[in-house]
Amino acid sequence: MDSVWEYRNLLLSGAAVTVQLALASLTLSVFLGLIGASAKLAVNPIFRRTANIYTTLVRGVPDLVLMMLLFYGGQQVVNDLGGATGWWDYVEINQFIAGVWSIGFVFGAYMTETFRGAILAIPRGQIEAGISCGMTPLLIFRRITWPQMVRHALPSFTNNWLVLIKATALVSVIGLHDLVWNASTAGRSVREPFSFMFAVLIIYLILTACSDVGLRWLDRRYNVGVDRA
Amino acid sequence: MIQSSQPILALKVEDLHKRFGAVEVLKGVHLDASIGDVISMLGASGSGKSTFLRCINLLETPDSGNITVHGETIGMTTDKSGRPMPSDMAQVIRLRARLGMVFQSFNLWSHMTVLENVTEALIHVLKMPKPDALDRAQATLDKVGMYDRQDYYPAHISGGQQQRTAIARALAMEPDLMLFDEPTSALDPELVGEVLKVMRALADEGRTMIVVTHEIGFARDVSNKVIFLHEGAIESEGIPADMFGNPESARFRQFLSNTLH
Repeated sequence: MDSVWEYRNLLLSGAAVTVQLALASLTLSVFLGLIGASAKLAVNPIFRRTANIYTTLVRGVPDLVLMMLLFYGGQQVVNDLGGATGWWDYVEINQFIAGVWSIGFVFGAYMTETFRGAILAIPRGQIEAGISCGMTPLLIFRRITWPQMVRHALPSFTNNWLVLIKATALVSVIGLHDLVWNASTAGRSVREPFSFMFAVLIIYLILTACSDVGLRWLDRRYNVGVDRA
Repeated sequence: MIQSSQPILALKVEDLHKRFGAVEVLKGVHLDASIGDVISMLGASGSGKSTFLRCINLLETPDSGNITVHGETIGMTTDKSGRPMPSDMAQVIRLRARLGMVFQSFNLWSHMTVLENVTEALIHVLKMPKPDALDRAQATLDKVGMYDRQDYYPAHISGGQQQRTAIARALAMEPDLMLFDEPTSALDPELVGEVLKVMRALADEGRTMIVVTHEIGFARDVSNKVIFLHEGAIESEGIPADMFGNPESARFRQFLSNTLH
């Protein structure tokens, strides 16, 4: 284990990349999820159909396949486009950006389902009560829908977040120097792959345990007025 | 100018029509409510009485007809596909704040306390300063007997208490008119009395109220006007003494005997 300690800075910088990647992907996925849920609940059938294609596609395909498709395919599309229009020469997509886009895109579909269910769980009557009091749609969303949606969404959101943190390990495949990539490279060079992967395991556990504390706080905050089941 | 010969009405509804798909739920319903009127609307389920009430504050959009609140008629137009819609949503939103509505299933906001349920629209719709809103909300809660429970969440109080809170929420807005949509139908029998008592007190204060109800006793003893709807049209209307003492309509007699026995 001495070599692990020797390489601690490499592991920590990898962990920092992992955390940044996870948070950036989460932000994108929440954004896509809110748009997707609104589209799924929209009156306009075009919005509903588009959102359905999105979630069906993403949920039916392995994350890794989609990620590699977006990274390599995305790169090719960008360069073909540059070649055809002459607007730019060869561009290499940054692995971090590619990782954020692909993980965000995949988990956006899961978040779509999470938020859709959470909005549907709010009794229609509470919205009607807001309407009858002369509230505008925006005020109803801010004061009635949003706080209750967060509460209904939290259990599933928590689950998505934990899976998302673990999914960041996949980006080492496209060469991003995250925790897994750094650890496996170091492990191979000093011929101690087991020790390094064990360290990775511990670091991931610490990350998920920390998020657990944060999510519990959110859960308490948004569960006022409700009895715990 | 308000003409002295024609006192302004709290609510005037003219020739209201509403259709759900192939079913015409309202077939031209009229209603005049003077200030201080307590009007009970009776009718079998499916007679359109709840739909009528929900059309007044445009929770349902009527297909045709005029709704005039305190002399101000709600402007209507049609959208691209010919469906009716309000021509000025801001007007509708403004008028809704002057029509207090109480629902069958209370519809309290479950993430807010009793007090917060009442202050919510005072602060965010009427833009009252917080201390004033708090004073008014507490005074209103006191009136409905919920002052002591103001910090409870809706899930922790009884149905009767929830409904009294919902009445306070509507009442605190000091509306021109209060609409009650079967306010006691979702309550256990032993809780009906406390809600009716509050409604009776409001009627005694001279509040203008339209009450869709199955409570024959309330209609007979508290209201000054009774309307009986049958299949989307007014079958019979009048003062309670006439309606209940000597019902002209055979259908209303039938309805009464079904309800009372």
